[in-house]
Amino acid sequence: MSADVTTPAAAEPTARGRKALLEVEHVTQWFPVKSGIVIDRTVANVHAVDDVSFTLTEGETLGLVGESGCGKTTLSRTVLKLLNPTTGTLRFDGRDITKANRRGMRPVRREMQMVFQDPFASLNPRKRVGQILQTPLKQRGVAKDQLQKDAADLLDRVGLRREHVNRFPHEFSGGQRQRIGIARALAMQPKLIVLDEPVSALDVSIQAQIINLLEELQDGLGLTYLFVAHDLSVVRHVSDRIAVMYLGKIMELSPAEELYDKPIHPYTQALLSAIPVPDPRENRARERIVVSGEPPNPINPPPGCVFNTRCPRATDVCRTVIPPLTEYANGHQAACHHPLNVTAEEIATSIRSDASPKLAGDVVPDLVPAGVTAGS
Amino acid sequence: MASIDSAETGFSTDLPPEIAAEERRAPGSGPWRIALRRLRRNKVALVFGVVFVLLVALSLSAPLYAKHIAHTTPYKNRIADTITVHGQQKNIVDFDGTPIGPTWTKQYFLGADRNGRDVMVRLLYGGRTSLLIGFGASLITLVLATFFGLMAGFFGGWIDAIISRCFDVMWAFPVILLGVALGVSLNLGGITVGPLSLKGGSLWIPTIIIGISYVVYLGRPIRGQVLQLREKEFIEAARAQGLGPWRIMFSELLPNLASTLLVFFPLIVANAVLLEAALSFLGAGVQPPEPSWGVMISEGVDLLTTAPWLTIAPGLMLVLTVLSLNIFGEGVRDALDPRAKIRMEH
Repeated sequence: MSADVTTPAAAEPTARGRKALLEVEHVTQWFPVKSGIVIDRTVANVHAVDDVSFTLTEGETLGLVGESGCGKTTLSRTVLKLLNPTTGTLRFDGRDITKANRRGMRPVRREMQMVFQDPFASLNPRKRVGQILQTPLKQRGVAKDQLQKDAADLLDRVGLRREHVNRFPHEFSGGQRQRIGIARALAMQPKLIVLDEPVSALDVSIQAQIINLLEELQDGLGLTYLFVAHDLSVVRHVSDRIAVMYLGKIMELSPAEELYDKPIHPYTQALLSAIPVPDPRENRARERIVVSGEPPNPINPPPGCVFNTRCPRATDVCRTVIPPLTEYANGHQAACHHPLNVTAEEIATSIRSDASPKLAGDVVPDLVPAGVTAGS
Repeated sequence: MASIDSAETGFSTDLPPEIAAEERRAPGSGPWRIALRRLRRNKVALVFGVVFVLLVALSLSAPLYAKHIAHTTPYKNRIADTITVHGQQKNIVDFDGTPIGPTWTKQYFLGADRNGRDVMVRLLYGGRTSLLIGFGASLITLVLATFFGLMAGFFGGWIDAIISRCFDVMWAFPVILLGVALGVSLNLGGITVGPLSLKGGSLWIPTIIIGISYVVYLGRPIRGQVLQLREKEFIEAARAQGLGPWRIMFSELLPNLASTLLVFFPLIVANAVLLEAALSFLGAGVQPPEPSWGVMISEGVDLLTTAPWLTIAPGLMLVLTVLSLNIFGEGVRDALDPRAKIRMEH
């Protein structure tokens, strides 16, 4: 083992009794905005991911949702160490990988893989499927005479024909390519797969096939998924827990069904009401919460709660104090000063979560009966 | 010299229907095979490709022609001699200095130059020199441009800054000026770098000068393409597998640059042959008595009115070489990437 990766005694067991596979603690990812002719000066930072903490337990699926530009893709890249976090700690299987370089990452690399969004850009157009699958196999140290067979087995596993090894990516449809992408991730025999919007580029009919394949693989291989998406209805189907992101911060993190039945954060509620309903009559009848405006510029996020500029319930406290992540029953966390769908007792028994941003204020959420706009 | 206009220069996979039909019959045919099939369809490009191959073959057979047909060497002076043409005895070089014109026989097929050397023999030997320099220089360009373009595009940061600034400086220099300046100084003194030493007049000197002069024209488009490719998700996938930067550059990126390189290569050879001729004409390239098309034009230009074949013959060869390479190169481009608009410009 390299010196860059330290191994503590054992990973802390979580409340559910299962081992934590990935621990993300107060991770920030800033991208400097540089200007200058000869010497580049950093004039500002894009706060792509701003103090995010969560834990993935072995075998679970955590859905990560949010609108475009909220930092969910950046977070997924940071988690895999394709980007180095600006601050914060990443622990994989108990080992601190925050500072590990490429050599130090080598033992961990094979355990975490990624499936990409665009099946047309994620496969090298100049390589045969066999070559695409053999690169990670070789990287894992599979014996030379095993490579052919293993590559064909992988294709079998993801529902493609074994003869397809000799074809080029351009000979496949989008769904088939995504299967190849999944096979490539499986080639490393990972424990964690980060799925970066794996179905958003596909036809709806194909989406279901890919999602079923992913679930099948999870059951068969005991995989852990971080499922990034902007589509709440897809995430609902696959996730055990769901995290909602907005402007680089986690707004709400809850068991999957509870998020839909009982959204606590107004932003979550707005997202839920944006899910299209196939029945037009029902669609017209329901009350929709429309969030107006654009998300603020992540170079200069608003003070206090980042959602205050668009939130219908925002008050003065929202504009000044960063809300802590408050943990309600069932491990349901939300970062809101004026939560929805909670009772006075629930607030009384709630605790401030350790995952709260470091700069969050020490304010207890107040109770506002649902439907009433606070402060007005 | 060259620019890529299309947003994406990657291999295009929108197949014409007839190829798509073949495709279904033969699954697993790669981008190269599809390109080859497209090229085979382009008869004009193929004809000019064959013309170029013939030119190369003729030039390579120069020693055979000289020995068995013309019975002379490219250097042999016969100023005072006479030959018999169709039963008449003629001076090879007249008393007023005008050399004999084309005899259309084995000896002096295309006439003689003012030193009484066989123009046809010199033309073939000159072709050998010109094409050798053209290919050699293009290979040097290819290797250096690929290496520096990859480095600059992939690593970015200060590596890119240094390489790009060097490219800018070379870009700002007119190629001819750079070639003449380097050529004159190197040909006079030769050069010694460590264990390698080149004597003045060596063929390596124009080859290296021309090769380096064109690096920027290929290096820039490659850098641009690498910048585009490295953001693709398959590069991220390679990094997620733990591949190092060199592996990614040479095993993931390079195959994607191959079509660009292949499209540029014939065009660079054509330009290198032209630049060689220009430098030799100005006395900064191949040094006489070594024959090359540029040297021959330069030697013949004084006698343009009395002995036009001295300039017309090598000039025609040059035109034919450059034309066939350009048309064939365009065919290759159409076959590999119909959407890219790659032009040569000075």
